[in-house]
Amino acid sequence: MLRERIQASNYSFLDKLRSIDYLLILLIIAIGSISVFAIYSTEGGKFSFYTKNHIIRLTVFFSLFLVLSFVRVSTWYKNAYLFYIVGLTLLITVLFFGISASGATRWINLYFLNLQPSELMKIAVIICFARYYHRIQSSDIQSYKFLIQPIILLIIPCYLVIQQPDLGTSILIAGSGIAIIWLAGLNIKYFVYSGLLLLVSLPFVISLLKPYQKSRILTFFNPDRDPLGAGYQIIQSKIAIGSGGFFGKGYLKGTQSYLEFLPEKHTDFIFTLFSEEFGFLGSIILLLLYILLIYRIINVGLVSRSFFAKLYCFGFATAIFLYVFVNIAMVLGMLPIVGAPLPIMSYGGSSLLSIMLGLSIVMSCKIYNQEQISVY
Amino acid sequence: MLNRGRNIEKGRVITRRMFILAAAKILLFAGISSRLYNLQISDREKYEILSDKNRIREWKTPPQRGIILDNFNKVLASNDRVFQLHLILDEINDFDATIFKIKNLIGLDQFQVKKLYKKKERLKPWDTLVVSDNLTWEQFSKINLYLHELEGAKPVLSTSRFYPYANDLVHIVGYVGDASPKDLEKPEIKENFVPGLKVGKYGIENSQEKMLIGNYGIKRYEVNASGKRISQIDYIKERQGQKVNLTIDIEIQKYAQELLKGKAGSICAMDIYTGEVVAMASSPTYDPNKFTHGINQKDWQEIRNNPLKPLINKSIAGLYSPGSTFKPLVALAALEYGILDPNKTIRCKGHKHPYELYGVKYHCWKKEGHGYMKLRNAIKQSCDIYFYEMARLLGVDKLSIIAKRYGLGTNVLGDLYNDEKKGLVPDTKWKRRALEQSWYLGETVINGIGQGYIQTTPLQLCLMTAQIANGGYKIKPHIIKDESINYKDVINKIKLDQSNFPLHERNYLDDINVEYYQRMYHKKSNINFVLDAMFGSTNEQYGTSYKSRYDDPKYQFAGKTGTSQVRRITDLDRELDLDTEQIEYKKRDHALYIAFAPYKDPRYAISVIIEHGGSGSKAAAPIASKLIKRIIDRHKLREQFNNGNISLA
Repeated sequence: MLRERIQASNYSFLDKLRSIDYLLILLIIAIGSISVFAIYSTEGGKFSFYTKNHIIRLTVFFSLFLVLSFVRVSTWYKNAYLFYIVGLTLLITVLFFGISASGATRWINLYFLNLQPSELMKIAVIICFARYYHRIQSSDIQSYKFLIQPIILLIIPCYLVIQQPDLGTSILIAGSGIAIIWLAGLNIKYFVYSGLLLLVSLPFVISLLKPYQKSRILTFFNPDRDPLGAGYQIIQSKIAIGSGGFFGKGYLKGTQSYLEFLPEKHTDFIFTLFSEEFGFLGSIILLLLYILLIYRIINVGLVSRSFFAKLYCFGFATAIFLYVFVNIAMVLGMLPIVGAPLPIMSYGGSSLLSIMLGLSIVMSCKIYNQEQISVY
Repeated sequence: MLNRGRNIEKGRVITRRMFILAAAKILLFAGISSRLYNLQISDREKYEILSDKNRIREWKTPPQRGIILDNFNKVLASNDRVFQLHLILDEINDFDATIFKIKNLIGLDQFQVKKLYKKKERLKPWDTLVVSDNLTWEQFSKINLYLHELEGAKPVLSTSRFYPYANDLVHIVGYVGDASPKDLEKPEIKENFVPGLKVGKYGIENSQEKMLIGNYGIKRYEVNASGKRISQIDYIKERQGQKVNLTIDIEIQKYAQELLKGKAGSICAMDIYTGEVVAMASSPTYDPNKFTHGINQKDWQEIRNNPLKPLINKSIAGLYSPGSTFKPLVALAALEYGILDPNKTIRCKGHKHPYELYGVKYHCWKKEGHGYMKLRNAIKQSCDIYFYEMARLLGVDKLSIIAKRYGLGTNVLGDLYNDEKKGLVPDTKWKRRALEQSWYLGETVINGIGQGYIQTTPLQLCLMTAQIANGGYKIKPHIIKDESINYKDVINKIKLDQSNFPLHERNYLDDINVEYYQRMYHKKSNINFVLDAMFGSTNEQYGTSYKSRYDDPKYQFAGKTGTSQVRRITDLDRELDLDTEQIEYKKRDHALYIAFAPYKDPRYAISVIIEHGGSGSKAAAPIASKLIKRIIDRHKLREQFNNGNISLA
């Protein structure tokens, strides 16, 4: 009975509203609100450009999220490859028509927004891989034939993004893709072997890096190497966070950011500002919100019937985790400085758009969680 | 069914892998949390300090220098209001344009502009550049008029050292200037230094730095990453340096300098009981105000190349043979050691029959000779022959004991002036050590008339005179007021202690150390004999300074002339017997005079030296005479003021 009803896909609108994960929406609103306060603080407590823009974007993209949540999950499934191809096309467009800022060519001018296709690619890879592994029999997964295809699909965007150059996003794209390959059940030995291979080829990889990337990595191991140059950001970030103490310096009272010692405080270093003003307590609470968010996404995957939805949700949860982890570990001086925004918190349209898009697919998985997706 | 079973298996794999991944995520989040704990809780203090270091920057504010006053609290060195122009560097966008505008407004030359650029290079971007620390009112008002066009320019009312008596005091008070790296090694400067602070370069300004420099203030500002001041957090006010009171009477000092005008020389005047230096003039002199803001090349060359050497403080750094001014001391030594009866008669036969020792001839200054001389007359008329013989009998070592005891051969003002010279009181030991030669009797003979190796400073001669005039008591000469000594008691004690009997516990003929305000003589009568002879020298006919005397007992003084040779006098010179004016300046004798006054109840000692002035009686004694009158005229006022009976504004 149920199955028939599902196959008929005759959910009533009430059913749909009932299956919405309201806790997830609450979490998004919570983190979004915190981000508005944080960005307001980066402007020294003045309601101006960044704050205004951020609020507009949050509102627009959140509405978009709500609307897209009602798109059937099978529709996402059907258009998964198309999504990937569009993303790739945009990446290639960047190569030729991209606009540059601070030595990197990452954006396409869409007039209302400078779109960063690499951000969209983060989601595209997940949805594309989820579809790919959805239809593969578990017995075929280990075969080289089915392994080589996703690897190619992964290497192309990663290569294009590295060329921009944007090492951080490239690593995050690769990370999300690898996460899905892992989830699909590829034998552990492959991961071990490729891990070892990466370790061995590391010196070679480093020699391919741009000078500024090398310097960032060297600086990571010794920030005092160049305290006013490459090491400046990480030293100042640590000072800001450390001086926050348990309760923080208080809202709008973060001297490090207020007095402009912090670089890129409204984008990659937004956590530093937050942590300086709200201390250990605030940081842990924000971290808990992200953990809850990830947990809710995983939960959607667990209650979904289709492999596509499961793979997508688990994959997207892992991606969110990666973004959060890489960003925070970076500002805490645990990882080298690579451009990686903090989801929702950081100021930046493309990043916010792709996160909201990703979340709307999660929500659609939740709403249509009983939907079975045919392999073909 | 198979398909379905496989699907179930696939679902399980996915879920299992998800849980493994979730475990890894929890682990990594735990890692982040522990890192946060480390930074924000364990190491919080460290980062708080670093954060404060980041945001708080200190600016030191210069203190005002302590003022220097004379005996009557007249200001000798003050802090005058000056107009300055500062540039706040971080408020300037186009430094070149700003400098160009300022250059045209206040008329800087190319050299000064270059200097500013050099100065700027050494500063940090948030520092202040002092364009000029001494603008004229005209320049200052011009700057204020065009202030809106000058970004970062700040007209500042500040203070800088000013010496109202300029030339009259430079050798005593000294002057200030920018601190050199060597100055910065001194702890009192190092601890209190602020960029731009002027420090003492010479004299009281230099030696009393600790008192005068004061303590800087601190302004703490919150600054942003580019060093721009955001708000003032804290201001610890600077403290002005302490005042320094000198014993100098500026009126007398001024007069002394005036008397020396156009001459090279020195005048020292001292209170014979308290040891207070009332005046200490040195000529020629120069303007210390020129040094405050850095002296220009032209002025500097002028001072440096002056053949009369204005930079040398002749009172304490000029070394002269005392000549006949040494004779009272030689006589005193001879009497103390009982070498000769003052009634012993020696005949001075003039140049035709000079004093002879081992075939060497020693002449008296008087060509025709003095005839039969007793000791008192020999002092009064300054007969060299008498003193040759007396010195020979006395011996140089005994003479040196007395000479040193009365203040020769040692610094008079301690370490107050770093250029004060010790002079030289020779004895046999000294010659063996310094020149590795044995002493010749002939050297003793010329030592007896204050020539030869002996070298003294004018202030030493003044001290010597003072210590004979006060009855043979050791005093502590000083130029900075010493409030710790009750001089009324000291004066009373010395005046009442007129015992003429040798004390048995100490032998005053040995080379002993005498404490301050204690007797130095062996027999009082010997001192009185010398004082009486000096009275004769000035107030009796045939006395060498008879012409400069006062008959009024209020001003009546006693003294001794001296004419110190700067070269050996040849037989040819004796034949020519030229007047002073006929001799080349550099070869003329130095004129000296020592005196004390008033004779009846002496209070002041004075020494005058005119370089290449000719004879002491003609060149030095008249000057001393004039100054003595002025000093005695002001004595009552000084006494009343120092006893606190009156106060002057």
